[in-house]
Amino acid sequence: MIAAILSLTVLGAALGIILGVANKFLQVEGNPVVDEILAMMPGSNCGQCGFPGCSGAATAIVDGSAAPTCCPPGGKALATAIAAKLGITVDVSGMSDDGPKIAVVAEELCIGCCRCAKVCPTDAFVGAAKQIHNVLREACTGCSSCIEKCPTEALAMKPVPVTLQHWVMPKPAVA
Amino acid sequence: MGFMNLFKHFLGDDWGVHPDDHKRPAADQPIRKLPVPPRVHLMLSQHVGAPARPVVLVGQKVKKGELIAAAQGNISAPVHASTSGVISAIGEITAPHSSGLPGMAISIDADGEDAWLETEIVADPYGLSAADIATRVAAAGVVGLGGATFPSSVKLNLGRRSSIDTLIVNGSECEPYLSCDDRLMRDRADEIVGGIRLMLISTGAGVAKVGIEDNKPEAIEAMRSAAARFDNIKIMPVPARYPMGSDRQLIVELTGREVPSDARAADVGVIVHNVGTAYAVHQAVCYGRPLVSRLMTLNGGAATTPGNYEVPLGTLVSDLVAFTGGYQGEAARLVMGGPMMGAVLPHARVPVVKGTSGILLLDAGEAAACEPEACIRCGSCVKACPMGLLPLEMSARIRNDELEGAVDLGLSDCIACGCCAYVCPSHIPLVQYFYHAKGELSAQQRATLRTEATKKMALQRQERLEREARERAEAAAKRKAERAAAAAAAEAAAASAAVNTEKQGETA
Repeated sequence: MIAAILSLTVLGAALGIILGVANKFLQVEGNPVVDEILAMMPGSNCGQCGFPGCSGAATAIVDGSAAPTCCPPGGKALATAIAAKLGITVDVSGMSDDGPKIAVVAEELCIGCCRCAKVCPTDAFVGAAKQIHNVLREACTGCSSCIEKCPTEALAMKPVPVTLQHWVMPKPAVA
Repeated sequence: MGFMNLFKHFLGDDWGVHPDDHKRPAADQPIRKLPVPPRVHLMLSQHVGAPARPVVLVGQKVKKGELIAAAQGNISAPVHASTSGVISAIGEITAPHSSGLPGMAISIDADGEDAWLETEIVADPYGLSAADIATRVAAAGVVGLGGATFPSSVKLNLGRRSSIDTLIVNGSECEPYLSCDDRLMRDRADEIVGGIRLMLISTGAGVAKVGIEDNKPEAIEAMRSAAARFDNIKIMPVPARYPMGSDRQLIVELTGREVPSDARAADVGVIVHNVGTAYAVHQAVCYGRPLVSRLMTLNGGAATTPGNYEVPLGTLVSDLVAFTGGYQGEAARLVMGGPMMGAVLPHARVPVVKGTSGILLLDAGEAAACEPEACIRCGSCVKACPMGLLPLEMSARIRNDELEGAVDLGLSDCIACGCCAYVCPSHIPLVQYFYHAKGELSAQQRATLRTEATKKMALQRQERLEREARERAEAAAKRKAERAAAAAAAEAAAASAAVNTEKQGETA
């Protein structure tokens, strides 16, 4: 009895140590470039790229199976930034990027069904069942996953309105 | 650029420009009071910081000086009714801004009585505590009237927290065409000195230095006689040169201290307030009068009667122009503020705000612009730059969208004074490039902050979903346990009932 306990304990401890050492020395490191790209992405895991979340997209972009232009919320700015990081050229002319957009609720059409609120990756919707919903302008990332969920087509993507605080003086015309 | 070079640059005689000042004859006209217009529009954001929050309803009657929008947040200022009347609207109106975008405003239909709200008058304003003065200044909505419109009370409080030894009062008014500070010092020197005394108490500074450009001898004289009784208020003429009124340049001129890059005036023990602010502080603390009107210069080739006018805040520029006799000829350009740093107005139907130091109606000759040509690398802009920067190099980088390069050259130290564009023989819009780049940089910064916020929100949603799932599972488990207990109890009851009936059967 004691011999059995002892031998199993010793066996367990020895295998544990081997596993620990192996973990330390034979570890497969994740690609650090993937982590860097991931840090640049919006991080809302909206899934519009067709990958399971931003980390999937980052991996695909790094191994070349996806183009840097695959992230709609990131837009042209993200695509060019990723391309610069990876040292590849990217054609952003095809991207329909007319500046950032956010979801806007047409209040006369909203029936308060809450379906949009359930899919929003950043909880940008306010409102309760049978109450008119609204989108918090600062919280919406423009992923547009809510648009197709709306049964009354009350949701639409609209360009972010330019306010006095956000206005930028245009660049002077080149001499 | 080495330290000694920078030092020489500041103390030497080479920075800045000397534009024609065009201050007279407007400066020599006595102050005139603008009658109350039929309607005023008070912008909710007339200051740096969070916009004020309306506290009145449409249809409500208000007195002059009544609070109509309260400050929200640490850096903000309240807005008060500039005349008595009825609130007619709370909505958007074209803001006095070069973009021509709308901003929120409260409109008041004037009843013509211009009746003040009853206010308590302090018996001994100079016996108030430092904090008390700052509180009263905050409640009166006083902001920096030199044009920066930073809430004054915040600066007064800052003075007590970070040891300030010198209060600098800015009466240099270096912008051409403007003379409202000049006129204020000539006509209301005693009130300004009163305000300076209050600010000295509030900031805890030992001495006040009033810098006035030497092209205003009458103002220097008036201020000297008003301040003669006070040893700790010094009137110091400074050479007339643009941009002497910029805080960093004035601090070097009056104290010899240089404010480091990325630091504030308070870091070198100095705080700067405008003479107009000193006057507003005096009115607020001594008479309980909030900031509801200000002195502003009407000037320019297309102005019929140039001069200085006391204008209720929220008056439309068109009403001001109509009262002063309309346009003389045609105004080619409307400018709010000075010609060097002012904002071009989209049209005249915009209200004046706390930061409006002047309205310029420039005629075609004054507004003429030349086509920009190629840079000839003459270095005039480098010589003119009061901050010791390289405008030609920075603009070249910005033109090629290399904002980082411009930042490395010190874009964040640029005070946007416009000297570089003024002296450029090739008429390159240098300062406009810097405005664009600064706006673009802050937009980029906002985008980064937004990405971070998005990540946090996505994470919080994940946590919320997990928490909800856990709570549901727990609730379900609890219900199941309760149901099981109830079922067990019912079974037990049934069993005991069966036993009872059996027993009863047996006994029967």
